[in-house]
Amino acid sequence: MSKRIGQRTLTFSRAPRITSSYTLVGPREGKGPHALDFDEILPDDTLGQKTAEKTERLMLELAITKTLEQHDTAIEDVQFLIAGDLLNQITTSCLAASTYPVPFLGIYGACSTFAQALGLGAVLLEGDFAQQVLIGTASHYQTAERQFRYPIELNVQHLQTNHVTVTGAAAAILSFADRGPRITHATFGQVVDMGLKDPHDMGSAMAPAAFHTIKAHLADTGRSLQDYDLVLTGDLGKQGRKMLRLLLEREGFEGLERLQDGGSQIFGDWQPVGAGGSGAACVAVMTLGYVLNRLNSAKARRALIVATGALLSALTVLQGESIPCIAHAIALEQ
Amino acid sequence: MQPKEYQQLVQENLPPRPIVKNMLWAFFVGGLICALGQVVLTIAQSFERTKNEAAAVTLAAMILLGTILTALGVYDEIAEKAGAGVAVPITGFANTVTSAAIDFRREGFLLGMGAKMFVIAGPVIVYGILSGFIVALIKSLVLGLF
Repeated sequence: MSKRIGQRTLTFSRAPRITSSYTLVGPREGKGPHALDFDEILPDDTLGQKTAEKTERLMLELAITKTLEQHDTAIEDVQFLIAGDLLNQITTSCLAASTYPVPFLGIYGACSTFAQALGLGAVLLEGDFAQQVLIGTASHYQTAERQFRYPIELNVQHLQTNHVTVTGAAAAILSFADRGPRITHATFGQVVDMGLKDPHDMGSAMAPAAFHTIKAHLADTGRSLQDYDLVLTGDLGKQGRKMLRLLLEREGFEGLERLQDGGSQIFGDWQPVGAGGSGAACVAVMTLGYVLNRLNSAKARRALIVATGALLSALTVLQGESIPCIAHAIALEQ
Repeated sequence: MQPKEYQQLVQENLPPRPIVKNMLWAFFVGGLICALGQVVLTIAQSFERTKNEAAAVTLAAMILLGTILTALGVYDEIAEKAGAGVAVPITGFANTVTSAAIDFRREGFLLGMGAKMFVIAGPVIVYGILSGFIVALIKSLVLGLF
Protein backbone atom coordinates (compact mmCIF):
# COMPACT_ATOMS: atom_id res chain seq x y z
CA MET A 1 0.00 0.00 0.00
CA SER A 2 1.30 3.43 -0.86
CA LYS A 3 2.30 5.60 2.03
CA ARG A 4 1.62 8.64 -0.08
CA ILE A 5 -1.83 10.14 -0.13
CA GLY A 6 -3.07 12.60 -2.68
CA GLN A 7 -0.47 14.31 -4.73
CA ARG A 8 2.38 14.79 -2.32
CA THR A 9 1.56 14.04 1.28
CA LEU A 10 3.41 11.25 3.05
CA THR A 11 1.69 9.35 5.86
CA PHE A 12 3.61 7.70 8.65
CA SER A 13 1.58 4.78 9.96
CA ARG A 14 4.36 3.53 12.22
CA ALA A 15 4.22 6.86 13.97
CA PRO A 16 7.77 8.01 14.51
CA ARG A 17 7.94 10.41 17.41
CA ILE A 18 9.91 13.42 18.52
CA THR A 19 11.15 11.70 21.63
CA SER A 20 13.64 14.20 22.87
CA SER A 21 14.64 17.72 21.99
CA TYR A 22 16.64 20.69 23.13
CA THR A 23 16.32 24.36 22.22
CA LEU A 24 18.66 27.19 23.01
CA VAL A 25 18.32 30.83 22.03
CA GLY A 26 20.25 34.07 22.27
CA PRO A 27 19.58 36.86 24.77
CA ARG A 28 17.30 38.84 22.44
CA GLU A 29 15.03 35.80 21.89
CA GLY A 30 15.22 35.20 25.64
CA LYS A 31 13.57 38.57 26.22
CA GLY A 32 10.68 37.67 23.93
CA PRO A 33 7.25 36.32 24.89
CA HIS A 34 8.27 32.67 24.41
CA ALA A 35 11.28 32.75 26.74
CA LEU A 36 9.74 30.11 28.99
CA ASP A 37 9.24 27.71 26.09
CA PHE A 38 12.96 27.35 25.45
CA ASP A 39 15.29 25.01 27.29
CA GLU A 40 18.16 27.43 27.54
CA ILE A 41 18.71 31.14 27.09
CA LEU A 42 22.30 32.09 26.46
CA PRO A 43 23.63 34.96 28.58
CA ASP A 44 25.39 36.45 25.54
CA ASP A 45 25.52 35.68 21.85
CA THR A 46 29.21 34.76 21.71
CA LEU A 47 29.57 31.75 24.05
CA GLY A 48 33.11 33.00 24.47
CA GLN A 49 33.99 32.25 20.85
CA LYS A 50 36.12 34.49 18.67
CA THR A 51 33.72 34.57 15.75
CA ALA A 52 29.96 34.32 15.42
CA GLU A 53 30.46 31.42 13.00
CA LYS A 54 32.19 29.46 15.74
CA THR A 55 29.39 30.39 18.14
CA GLU A 56 26.80 29.09 15.72
CA ARG A 57 28.62 25.79 15.40
CA LEU A 58 28.98 25.49 19.16
CA MET A 59 25.27 26.22 19.67
CA LEU A 60 24.37 23.39 17.30
CA GLU A 61 26.76 21.02 19.05
CA LEU A 62 25.36 22.01 22.44
CA ALA A 63 21.81 21.38 21.27
CA ILE A 64 22.78 17.97 19.89
CA THR A 65 24.73 16.97 23.00
CA LYS A 66 21.93 18.01 25.36
CA THR A 67 19.34 16.19 23.26
CA LEU A 68 21.38 13.00 23.45
CA GLU A 69 21.82 13.44 27.21
CA GLN A 70 18.10 13.96 27.74
CA HIS A 71 17.32 10.86 25.76
CA ASP A 72 20.05 8.94 27.54
CA THR A 73 21.36 7.84 24.18
CA ALA A 74 24.92 7.48 22.97
CA ILE A 75 25.69 9.01 19.61
CA GLU A 76 26.65 5.54 18.35
CA ASP A 77 23.04 4.44 18.75
CA VAL A 78 21.86 7.06 16.29
CA GLN A 79 21.83 6.00 12.64
CA PHE A 80 21.63 9.36 10.92
CA LEU A 81 22.32 12.99 11.62
CA ILE A 82 20.36 15.42 9.43
CA ALA A 83 21.28 19.05 9.88
CA GLY A 84 21.30 22.35 8.08
CA ASP A 85 21.87 26.06 8.54
CA LEU A 86 21.94 29.28 6.56
CA LEU A 87 25.61 29.68 5.82
CA ASN A 88 27.27 29.06 2.48
CA GLN A 89 27.96 25.35 1.99
CA ILE A 90 26.09 24.77 5.29
CA THR A 91 29.44 24.97 7.03
CA THR A 92 28.00 25.22 10.53
CA SER A 93 26.34 21.82 10.18
CA CYS A 94 29.32 20.26 8.41
CA LEU A 95 31.77 21.43 11.06
CA ALA A 96 29.47 20.33 13.87
CA ALA A 97 28.88 16.97 12.16
CA SER A 98 32.61 16.35 12.00
CA THR A 99 32.51 15.72 15.75
CA TYR A 100 29.94 12.92 15.49
CA PRO A 101 30.72 9.45 14.10
CA VAL A 102 27.34 9.14 12.40
CA PRO A 103 26.23 9.18 8.75
CA PHE A 104 25.46 12.80 8.02
CA LEU A 105 22.96 14.33 5.64
CA GLY A 106 23.48 18.06 5.25
CA ILE A 107 20.44 19.85 3.90
CA TYR A 108 19.55 23.37 2.90
CA GLY A 109 16.08 24.83 2.82
CA ALA A 110 16.87 28.26 4.27
CA CYS A 111 14.44 28.90 7.11
CA SER A 112 12.44 25.78 6.17
CA THR A 113 15.41 23.49 6.84
CA PHE A 114 14.03 22.23 10.13
CA ALA A 115 10.79 20.90 8.63
CA GLN A 116 12.76 19.32 5.82
CA ALA A 117 14.92 17.52 8.39
CA LEU A 118 11.88 16.48 10.40
CA GLY A 119 10.17 15.06 7.31
CA LEU A 120 13.26 13.26 6.01
CA GLY A 121 13.98 11.83 9.46
CA ALA A 122 10.45 10.48 9.67
CA VAL A 123 10.85 8.91 6.22
CA LEU A 124 14.04 7.11 7.30
CA LEU A 125 12.30 5.77 10.40
CA GLU A 126 9.10 4.81 8.64
CA GLY A 127 11.12 3.00 5.98
CA ASP A 128 12.88 1.05 8.73
CA PHE A 129 16.23 2.43 7.65
CA ALA A 130 16.86 3.76 11.13
CA GLN A 131 15.72 3.37 14.71
CA GLN A 132 16.92 6.75 15.88
CA VAL A 133 17.54 9.86 13.80
CA LEU A 134 19.07 13.04 15.10
CA ILE A 135 18.08 16.34 13.49
CA GLY A 136 19.33 19.83 14.14
CA THR A 137 19.45 23.38 12.81
CA ALA A 138 21.13 26.58 13.91
CA SER A 139 21.33 30.21 12.91
CA HIS A 140 22.96 33.31 14.32
CA TYR A 141 21.97 36.93 13.78
CA GLN A 142 25.52 38.05 13.07
CA THR A 143 26.53 35.30 10.64
CA ALA A 144 23.36 35.71 8.59
CA GLU A 145 23.59 39.48 8.64
CA ARG A 146 27.14 39.34 7.27
CA GLN A 147 26.37 36.82 4.59
CA PHE A 148 23.03 38.06 3.32
CA ARG A 149 23.08 41.74 4.21
CA TYR A 150 25.67 44.19 5.54
CA PRO A 151 28.43 44.44 8.15
CA ILE A 152 26.84 44.27 11.58
CA GLU A 153 27.77 47.76 12.77
CA LEU A 154 26.86 49.48 9.48
CA ASN A 155 24.44 52.42 9.58
CA VAL A 156 21.30 50.83 8.20
CA GLN A 157 17.75 51.89 8.81
CA HIS A 158 15.66 48.73 8.80
CA LEU A 159 12.20 48.64 7.29
CA GLN A 160 9.08 47.31 8.92
CA THR A 161 9.25 44.37 6.52
CA ASN A 162 12.83 43.41 7.44
CA HIS A 163 13.43 40.26 9.44
CA VAL A 164 15.92 39.71 12.23
CA THR A 165 17.68 36.36 12.08
CA VAL A 166 17.10 34.35 15.22
CA THR A 167 20.17 33.40 17.23
CA GLY A 168 19.63 29.88 18.41
CA ALA A 169 19.87 26.19 17.77
CA ALA A 170 17.62 23.22 18.19
CA ALA A 171 18.03 19.48 17.96
CA ALA A 172 15.71 16.52 18.32
CA ILE A 173 15.82 12.77 18.32
CA LEU A 174 13.19 11.02 16.27
CA SER A 175 12.50 7.42 17.20
CA PHE A 176 9.79 4.89 18.00
CA ALA A 177 10.16 5.30 21.76
CA ASP A 178 6.93 5.61 23.63
CA ARG A 179 6.82 9.33 24.31
CA GLY A 180 6.67 12.67 22.56
CA PRO A 181 4.37 13.80 19.78
CA ARG A 182 3.91 11.59 16.73
CA ILE A 183 4.81 12.75 13.25
CA THR A 184 1.81 11.71 11.20
CA HIS A 185 2.18 13.49 7.87
CA ALA A 186 4.73 15.35 5.83
CA THR A 187 3.88 17.49 2.81
CA PHE A 188 7.02 18.61 1.03
CA GLY A 189 6.40 21.78 -0.91
CA GLN A 190 7.47 22.84 -4.34
CA VAL A 191 9.41 25.98 -5.12
CA VAL A 192 7.04 28.89 -5.64
CA ASP A 193 8.35 32.06 -7.22
CA MET A 194 5.95 34.95 -7.62
CA GLY A 195 8.62 37.18 -9.12
CA LEU A 196 9.18 39.28 -6.01
CA LYS A 197 12.70 40.65 -5.81
CA ASP A 198 12.85 42.69 -2.61
CA PRO A 199 15.18 40.96 -0.11
CA HIS A 200 13.89 43.38 2.53
CA ASP A 201 10.44 41.84 2.31
CA MET A 202 10.88 38.09 2.39
CA GLY A 203 7.56 37.61 4.16
CA SER A 204 5.57 38.66 1.11
CA ALA A 205 7.77 36.46 -1.08
CA MET A 206 7.29 33.37 1.12
CA ALA A 207 3.56 33.68 1.76
CA PRO A 208 2.52 32.10 -1.58
CA ALA A 209 4.76 29.09 -0.88
CA ALA A 210 3.11 28.61 2.52
CA PHE A 211 -0.29 29.00 0.90
CA HIS A 212 0.56 26.45 -1.77
CA THR A 213 1.76 23.84 0.72
CA ILE A 214 -1.13 24.37 3.13
CA LYS A 215 -3.61 24.04 0.29
CA ALA A 216 -1.90 20.86 -0.99
CA HIS A 217 -1.74 19.37 2.50
CA LEU A 218 -5.40 20.00 3.24
CA ALA A 219 -6.47 18.68 -0.16
CA ASP A 220 -4.35 15.52 0.18
CA THR A 221 -5.48 14.73 3.72
CA GLY A 222 -9.08 15.86 3.32
CA ARG A 223 -8.64 17.99 6.39
CA SER A 224 -9.44 21.63 7.07
CA LEU A 225 -7.58 24.19 9.13
CA GLN A 226 -10.04 23.54 11.95
CA ASP A 227 -8.75 19.98 12.21
CA TYR A 228 -5.61 21.46 13.70
CA ASP A 229 -5.52 23.16 17.06
CA LEU A 230 -2.54 25.11 15.90
CA VAL A 231 -1.05 25.85 12.49
CA LEU A 232 2.39 27.36 12.93
CA THR A 233 3.91 28.94 9.84
CA GLY A 234 7.67 29.29 9.95
CA ASP A 235 8.80 32.83 9.76
CA LEU A 236 6.54 34.78 7.48
CA GLY A 237 6.77 37.71 9.84
CA LYS A 238 4.02 40.26 10.25
CA GLN A 239 3.97 41.17 6.57
CA GLY A 240 4.04 37.59 5.29
CA ARG A 241 1.40 36.52 7.78
CA LYS A 242 -0.87 39.27 6.47
CA MET A 243 -0.29 38.15 2.86
CA LEU A 244 -0.95 34.48 3.70
CA ARG A 245 -4.24 35.41 5.34
CA LEU A 246 -5.25 37.40 2.29
CA LEU A 247 -4.45 34.46 0.01
CA LEU A 248 -6.37 31.98 2.17
CA GLU A 249 -9.33 34.33 2.51
CA ARG A 250 -9.53 34.82 -1.24
CA GLU A 251 -9.94 31.09 -1.72
CA GLY A 252 -12.48 30.82 1.04
CA PHE A 253 -10.46 28.88 3.61
CA GLU A 254 -11.93 28.90 7.08
CA GLY A 255 -10.37 28.56 10.48
CA LEU A 256 -7.78 31.27 9.99
CA GLU A 257 -7.79 31.84 13.74
CA ARG A 258 -5.75 28.64 13.99
CA LEU A 259 -2.88 30.31 12.17
CA GLN A 260 0.12 31.38 14.18
CA ASP A 261 3.50 32.47 12.93
CA GLY A 262 6.83 31.67 14.54
CA GLY A 263 8.62 34.68 13.11
CA SER A 264 5.95 37.13 14.24
CA GLN A 265 5.68 35.64 17.71
CA ILE A 266 9.22 34.84 18.78
CA PHE A 267 9.87 38.50 19.52
CA GLY A 268 7.59 40.84 21.43
CA ASP A 269 5.95 43.94 19.98
CA TRP A 270 8.20 45.96 22.28
CA GLN A 271 11.31 44.68 20.51
CA PRO A 272 12.54 46.64 17.46
CA VAL A 273 12.72 43.73 15.03
CA GLY A 274 10.74 44.88 12.00
CA ALA A 275 8.53 42.09 10.71
CA GLY A 276 9.88 39.54 13.19
CA GLY A 277 12.35 36.69 13.34
CA SER A 278 13.66 34.38 10.67
CA GLY A 279 16.52 31.95 10.23
CA ALA A 280 16.97 28.22 10.33
CA ALA A 281 16.65 28.25 14.12
CA CYS A 282 13.41 30.25 14.23
CA VAL A 283 10.82 27.63 13.35
CA ALA A 284 12.99 24.97 14.98
CA VAL A 285 12.98 26.53 18.44
CA MET A 286 9.33 27.55 18.08
CA THR A 287 8.33 24.01 17.15
CA LEU A 288 10.47 22.16 19.66
CA GLY A 289 9.86 24.81 22.32
CA TYR A 290 6.42 26.30 21.97
CA VAL A 291 4.47 23.72 19.90
CA LEU A 292 5.89 20.70 21.73
CA ASN A 293 4.99 22.28 25.06
CA ARG A 294 1.43 22.79 23.82
CA LEU A 295 1.21 19.19 22.63
CA ASN A 296 2.88 17.67 25.68
CA SER A 297 0.71 19.62 28.09
CA ALA A 298 -2.38 18.64 26.09
CA LYS A 299 -3.24 22.27 25.30
CA ALA A 300 -3.18 21.23 21.68
CA ARG A 301 -3.91 17.80 20.29
CA ARG A 302 -2.83 18.23 16.73
CA ALA A 303 -0.54 20.79 15.15
CA LEU A 304 0.66 21.58 11.67
CA ILE A 305 4.09 23.09 11.17
CA VAL A 306 4.50 24.97 7.90
CA ALA A 307 8.13 26.04 7.70
CA THR A 308 8.88 28.54 4.97
CA GLY A 309 12.17 29.38 3.33
CA ALA A 310 13.37 32.12 0.99
CA LEU A 311 15.94 30.44 -1.23
CA LEU A 312 17.85 33.53 -2.21
CA SER A 313 21.53 34.31 -2.00
CA ALA A 314 23.40 37.60 -1.77
CA LEU A 315 24.55 37.07 -5.36
CA THR A 316 21.15 36.32 -6.87
CA VAL A 317 19.76 39.46 -5.25
CA LEU A 318 22.47 41.63 -6.80
CA GLN A 319 21.95 39.96 -10.17
CA GLY A 320 18.29 40.90 -10.09
CA GLU A 321 16.87 37.39 -9.76
CA SER A 322 13.52 36.93 -8.06
CA ILE A 323 13.26 35.07 -4.75
CA PRO A 324 12.32 31.39 -5.06
CA CYS A 325 10.48 30.24 -1.94
CA ILE A 326 9.48 26.96 -0.39
CA ALA A 327 7.35 25.61 2.45
CA HIS A 328 7.21 22.16 4.00
CA ALA A 329 4.35 21.03 6.24
CA ILE A 330 4.66 18.49 9.03
CA ALA A 331 1.64 17.27 11.00
CA LEU A 332 2.22 16.46 14.66
CA GLU A 333 -0.15 14.68 16.99
CA GLN A 334 -0.13 14.30 20.70
CA MET B 1 -2.98 33.56 -8.84
CA GLN B 2 -0.66 35.04 -11.43
CA PRO B 3 2.65 36.58 -10.29
CA LYS B 4 1.64 40.01 -11.61
CA GLU B 5 -1.61 39.87 -9.70
CA TYR B 6 0.17 38.86 -6.51
CA GLN B 7 2.83 41.56 -6.89
CA GLN B 8 0.01 44.08 -7.17
CA LEU B 9 -1.60 42.67 -4.00
CA VAL B 10 1.72 42.99 -2.14
CA GLN B 11 2.12 46.58 -3.27
CA GLU B 12 -1.36 47.39 -1.96
CA ASN B 13 -0.61 45.81 1.40
CA LEU B 14 2.85 47.06 2.26
CA PRO B 15 3.07 48.98 5.52
CA PRO B 16 3.44 52.73 4.89
CA ARG B 17 6.94 54.07 5.37
CA PRO B 18 7.18 56.79 8.04
CA ILE B 19 8.77 59.25 5.62
CA VAL B 20 8.02 62.46 7.53
CA LYS B 21 9.28 60.99 10.80
CA ASN B 22 12.42 59.67 9.10
CA MET B 23 13.07 63.02 7.46
CA LEU B 24 12.71 64.92 10.72
CA TRP B 25 15.05 62.51 12.51
CA ALA B 26 17.57 62.71 9.66
CA PHE B 27 17.36 66.52 9.59
CA PHE B 28 17.93 67.04 13.28
CA VAL B 29 20.55 64.35 13.90
CA GLY B 30 22.37 65.17 10.65
CA GLY B 31 22.18 68.86 11.59
CA LEU B 32 23.56 68.11 15.04
CA ILE B 33 26.58 66.33 13.53
CA CYS B 34 27.18 69.29 11.19
CA ALA B 35 26.87 71.75 14.07
CA LEU B 36 29.39 69.70 16.01
CA GLY B 37 31.69 69.79 12.99
CA GLN B 38 31.34 73.57 12.90
CA VAL B 39 32.32 73.83 16.56
CA VAL B 40 35.42 71.72 15.91
CA LEU B 41 36.24 73.82 12.84
CA THR B 42 35.97 77.06 14.79
CA ILE B 43 38.23 75.72 17.51
CA ALA B 44 40.68 74.34 14.94
CA GLN B 45 40.87 77.70 13.20
CA SER B 46 42.19 79.22 16.41
CA PHE B 47 45.37 77.15 16.25
CA GLU B 48 45.74 76.23 12.57
CA ARG B 49 47.25 78.78 10.21
CA THR B 50 45.02 78.24 7.16
CA LYS B 51 41.38 77.36 6.72
CA ASN B 52 42.33 74.27 4.75
CA GLU B 53 44.43 72.94 7.60
CA ALA B 54 41.63 73.63 10.04
CA ALA B 55 39.23 71.76 7.75
CA ALA B 56 41.59 68.79 7.65
CA VAL B 57 41.72 68.69 11.44
CA THR B 58 37.92 68.86 11.56
CA LEU B 59 37.51 65.99 9.10
CA ALA B 60 39.99 63.87 11.03
CA ALA B 61 38.15 64.61 14.29
CA MET B 62 34.76 63.71 12.81
CA ILE B 63 36.16 60.51 11.29
CA LEU B 64 37.60 59.60 14.69
CA LEU B 65 34.21 60.26 16.29
CA GLY B 66 32.40 58.06 13.73
CA THR B 67 34.96 55.31 14.20
CA ILE B 68 34.74 55.37 17.99
CA LEU B 69 30.94 55.34 17.97
CA THR B 70 31.03 52.40 15.53
CA ALA B 71 33.53 50.48 17.63
CA LEU B 72 31.33 51.02 20.68
CA GLY B 73 28.41 49.55 18.75
CA VAL B 74 26.40 52.77 19.03
CA TYR B 75 26.47 54.14 15.50
CA ASP B 76 24.16 51.55 13.97
CA GLU B 77 21.72 52.05 16.82
CA ILE B 78 21.53 55.79 16.10
CA ALA B 79 21.20 55.04 12.37
CA GLU B 80 18.12 52.92 13.07
CA LYS B 81 16.37 56.21 13.96
CA ALA B 82 18.34 58.85 12.12
CA GLY B 83 18.88 57.06 8.77
CA ALA B 84 20.43 59.36 6.19
CA GLY B 85 21.17 61.87 8.94
CA VAL B 86 24.10 59.73 10.06
CA ALA B 87 24.80 58.08 6.69
CA VAL B 88 25.56 61.22 4.69
CA PRO B 89 28.07 63.10 6.93
CA ILE B 90 31.69 61.95 6.95
CA THR B 91 31.04 60.13 10.24
CA GLY B 92 28.87 57.79 8.15
CA PHE B 93 31.72 57.18 5.76
CA ALA B 94 33.95 56.34 8.71
CA ASN B 95 31.24 53.97 9.89
CA THR B 96 31.11 52.08 6.59
CA VAL B 97 34.88 51.51 6.67
CA THR B 98 35.07 50.66 10.36
CA SER B 99 32.07 48.34 10.39
CA ALA B 100 33.48 46.37 7.46
CA ALA B 101 36.92 46.30 9.11
CA ILE B 102 35.43 44.90 12.33
CA ASP B 103 33.42 42.30 10.43
CA PHE B 104 36.17 41.01 8.19
CA ARG B 105 38.89 41.11 10.85
CA ARG B 106 37.81 37.52 11.61
CA GLU B 107 39.14 36.37 8.27
CA GLY B 108 42.58 37.80 9.03
CA PHE B 109 44.35 41.12 8.58
CA LEU B 110 45.41 40.61 4.98
CA LEU B 111 42.69 38.85 3.01
CA GLY B 112 39.99 39.68 5.54
CA MET B 113 40.20 43.20 6.88
CA GLY B 114 42.71 44.52 4.34
CA ALA B 115 40.84 43.25 1.32
CA LYS B 116 37.29 43.89 2.46
CA MET B 117 37.55 47.10 4.47
CA PHE B 118 36.21 49.18 1.60
CA VAL B 119 33.52 46.74 0.54
CA ILE B 120 30.80 49.29 1.37
CA ALA B 121 32.84 52.49 1.09
CA GLY B 122 34.43 51.47 -2.22
CA PRO B 123 31.57 52.62 -4.47
CA VAL B 124 31.53 56.00 -2.72
CA ILE B 125 35.21 56.49 -3.52
CA VAL B 126 34.97 55.20 -7.10
CA TYR B 127 31.97 57.29 -8.07
CA GLY B 128 33.15 60.23 -5.98
CA ILE B 129 36.33 60.37 -8.03
CA LEU B 130 34.43 59.79 -11.27
CA SER B 131 31.89 62.56 -10.62
CA GLY B 132 34.72 64.87 -9.47
CA PHE B 133 36.49 64.23 -12.74
CA ILE B 134 33.37 64.93 -14.79
CA VAL B 135 32.61 68.16 -12.93
CA ALA B 136 36.23 69.29 -13.36
CA LEU B 137 36.01 68.47 -17.06
CA ILE B 138 32.82 70.52 -17.49
CA LYS B 139 34.32 73.40 -15.56
CA SER B 140 37.40 73.34 -17.76
CA LEU B 141 35.28 73.29 -20.92
CA VAL B 142 33.02 76.12 -19.74
CA LEU B 143 35.90 78.32 -18.62
CA GLY B 144 37.75 77.48 -21.84
CA LEU B 145 40.89 76.15 -20.21
CA PHE B 146 41.60 73.75 -23.09
